[in-house]
Amino acid sequence: MSGMNKQGRPTSIAVGGSAARETFTGNRALQLEEALVFELDNPGACGVDLDEPTPFTARLGGFERQGRIGLPSVSEPEIVRHYVRLSAKNYSIDAGLYPLGSCTMKHNPRLNEKMARLPGIGDIHPLQPMKTVQGALELMDTLAHWLKELTGMPAVALSPKAGAHGELCGMMAIRAALIARGEDEARSRVLVPESAHGTNPATAALLGYKVESIPVTTEGRVDLAAFKATLGPDVAAIMLTNPNTCGLFERDIIDIADAVHEAGAYFYCDGANFNAIVGRVRPGDLGIDAMHINLHKTFSTPHGGGGPGAGPVVFSAALAPFAPRPYVVHGADGFRLVETAEDAKADGTTPFGRMTAFHGQMGMFVRALAYMMSHGSDGLRQVAEDAVLNANYVLASLKDDLSAPFEGPCMHEALFDDRFLKGTGVETLDFAKAMIDEGYHPMTMYFPLVVHGALLIEPTETESKQAVDLFIATLKDLARAAKSNDKERFTGAPYLSPRRRLDETAAARSPVLRWAPPAPKQAAE
Amino acid sequence: MRYLPLTETDRSEMLGVIGAKSVDELFRDVPERARLAGLVDLPRRQGEMEVDRALSKMAARNVSAGSVPFFVGAGAYRHHVPASVDHLIQRSEFLTSYTPYQPEITQGTLQYLFEFQTQVAMITGMDVANASMYDGSTGCGEAVLMAHRVTKRKKAVLSGTLHPQYAEVVKNLSDFADYELDVMPPALPGRPEDIAAHIADDTSCVVVQSPGFFGELVDLRPIAEAAHAKGALLIAVVPEIVSLGAVTPPGDMGADIVVGEGQSIGNGLNFGGPYVGLFATRQKFVRQMPGRLCGETVDADGKRGFVLTLSTREQHIRREKATSNICTNSGLCCLAFTIHMSLLGEEGYKRLARINHAAAVDLAERLSKVPGVEILNRAFFNEFTMRLPGSAADVVDALADKGVLGGVPVSRLLPGAGFDDLLIVASTEVNTDADRAAFAAALVEVL
Ligand SMILES: Cc1ncc(COP(=O)(O)O)c(C=O)c1O
Repeated sequence: MSGMNKQGRPTSIAVGGSAARETFTGNRALQLEEALVFELDNPGACGVDLDEPTPFTARLGGFERQGRIGLPSVSEPEIVRHYVRLSAKNYSIDAGLYPLGSCTMKHNPRLNEKMARLPGIGDIHPLQPMKTVQGALELMDTLAHWLKELTGMPAVALSPKAGAHGELCGMMAIRAALIARGEDEARSRVLVPESAHGTNPATAALLGYKVESIPVTTEGRVDLAAFKATLGPDVAAIMLTNPNTCGLFERDIIDIADAVHEAGAYFYCDGANFNAIVGRVRPGDLGIDAMHINLHKTFSTPHGGGGPGAGPVVFSAALAPFAPRPYVVHGADGFRLVETAEDAKADGTTPFGRMTAFHGQMGMFVRALAYMMSHGSDGLRQVAEDAVLNANYVLASLKDDLSAPFEGPCMHEALFDDRFLKGTGVETLDFAKAMIDEGYHPMTMYFPLVVHGALLIEPTETESKQAVDLFIATLKDLARAAKSNDKERFTGAPYLSPRRRLDETAAARSPVLRWAPPAPKQAAE
Repeated sequence: MRYLPLTETDRSEMLGVIGAKSVDELFRDVPERARLAGLVDLPRRQGEMEVDRALSKMAARNVSAGSVPFFVGAGAYRHHVPASVDHLIQRSEFLTSYTPYQPEITQGTLQYLFEFQTQVAMITGMDVANASMYDGSTGCGEAVLMAHRVTKRKKAVLSGTLHPQYAEVVKNLSDFADYELDVMPPALPGRPEDIAAHIADDTSCVVVQSPGFFGELVDLRPIAEAAHAKGALLIAVVPEIVSLGAVTPPGDMGADIVVGEGQSIGNGLNFGGPYVGLFATRQKFVRQMPGRLCGETVDADGKRGFVLTLSTREQHIRREKATSNICTNSGLCCLAFTIHMSLLGEEGYKRLARINHAAAVDLAERLSKVPGVEILNRAFFNEFTMRLPGSAADVVDALADKGVLGGVPVSRLLPGAGFDDLLIVASTEVNTDADRAAFAAALVEVL
């Protein structure tokens, strides 16, 4: 047959054309444009099959909802495709190195996800009879034990829902202790280093404290002399991050603690960076009175695009009596939650109150415990060592190409400033955005505030040397390009991501915070 | 250790580059006496199989809700979550992404937050919603603080319809932040409260829950009127968000702030957390809101995109002047909510609500026939309160022994308040006719 194709398909590569050409759909191969779910509305479709109940007499008392809500009607395959397409527009730690300083983007083991979904964990109600949740209470008790051992602190409140909530919990315990001492009125100031995370001053201010900033030395640490000078009988507490937000261990921390205690104040430690020292240093040995632990950082519960997290707070003996309800006790007939003020009275304790309904982030507790048990005492120590090793390797490898404001060694993160960009016309923001085109999530930028144009890199311990080497090489190349006038690579970056730079000024000027149906078109006259 | 990629060879090469002899040198800034020489007193590393075994053993000691006829509510509700929800939220790109600080490579998160905000605003009948709080109870505390900012007053009135643990959270926050509270006694169904009598010229807000803690639906309109007449705000609290598929939304009844617990949509019971706080308000109060907000904008090529916006309210910019200290919120739980709500759609959401109401009406009818049982509610959604001839805690205990999880005794949350004979029960779409029949039969036996 003469019409038969004997050549098969062409196998040579195409020539000519440009990668920049426009497409009909706006899609670019695997980068697919996706409408809002409201724009997929197809009345009559539905993503669930639910049968109408058999006729019954409603008892809503005349409060029946009237009219349309405005929710779209979409089938399951379309919903699945919609959210899969959205997911493809996200960077993730599973896909690549995510060096966000202070955020601790480490590997999230899937065993932990599996454990959180066991019916005996994920499908139990917080107010079931306690005898039907003995395993859950045992799990909380076990987690509490691990946290107390690792920190060397005698008590822990599990219920705070994130780091900032933990800060609030710790500072409330401090205020409760001061009230008990009759010194609440007299102590109105809280000292917070300039380098602190924004949640610290926000927390102290929420409780009515006057926030006073304490300066940082040229070595990136609290200025001990200046700090001692600001201490006084009107100080309630210091809130200090250690290792601090410059990625450095506060060398004078024990002297700071002693001075704080001598002045009759308490030492709150922001433990967001506990991952740098876990298994090697116990905060209890440093003189700390209260410290929150971000389970979603140090103990690897996934960040989920901004939460949920968990922020248990460990307490010193001085503050332990004020730790909030609920807490777990182990008695003759098993585990029990002390939930109400009446329960606490019967238990002989003086908790300050309650941070949240129910008992805290159980879903995070189980993941964190699975992570801790997997590592064990030996593995957790190795976590701190490898995290610190990776960060110092980055610092040593890049300090001549970028500019480092402080001498090493650093702890779990390496801080750079923007001196290396001086005169290049490239700013920290541009430099970070250019990393996106290279396939990296940028590092934390412009934080901490104490150095100019900060670039804070936290590789974490779950990056291999190979991955860190490529990251270092990429940053060297970018630094070289910035210094050799290749400005365009930066100022217009990113070029290759699902979206280019977004207009945040316009977004804030006239905020559009929800979708609204398009106004009906005017009928033609 | 399976999660740690560095080998001994890597480590020594890296130390060489750093110029350190050992990793100990890197910890030299730690004061000598605080350096741990050995390991902390905890078990050593374990394989995946061993950890799975140990935790599964703990899990097996709990009675899971799905394994028995289950009627426990009071702020957390068991609903069916479609399989695709849990599959989608476990996609790496959602699960293992951070807060969307770099919008160019987090449009997935930002777009679902925008969808979430829109859905929450729609179902509550409000103008705008934020990108979530930790849960309903902490959202309730934030709402009161926001009302104080808006009205520049310092006193909140808490209705006795409010969940006692929510009230405790608000009380704790108010005590420590030096605000005043007027806490009304628990409002049993059938005994309407005179909230208006508690609203004064210095009242910043009234906080009312509907369906209330005892399950009763509340007419918010007269309360809103009374509050507004004195320049106060109405904060409406909705811990069972499925109810808004059937019930007039607070936004249509004059609420100024609506706080909800979103757990019922897309999220499991999880022994109390993580859940997702819903927070909605009127457009004019946007700049006083706590928490993150996602907004629409365009990129450098003019394409529609989304960003976190109005962040000058937030702690990372405003520090001690921020509207709240919240940072991490409930991101992934918002996603679960949004996907489930999208699957339900207009019809599915309303039908789910009708099924819940029908289930509770049926349960109330069955239980009201049990000798000695009195149902207190007149208007309710999927939960109601009944008076028993004896201690509700003992009854719940005996029911559990018979394999029925039969609700929450009021005394668990309000001990010593004279409510020992009250039991709060919920019925949702997960309960079958057989479950409800089993509950009624078991109740007859234990009474
Ligand atoms: C140093 C520091 N402190 C506090 C926080 C607040 O923690 P969270 O986001 O869990 O509330 C963070 C993280 O965001 C942090 O990096």
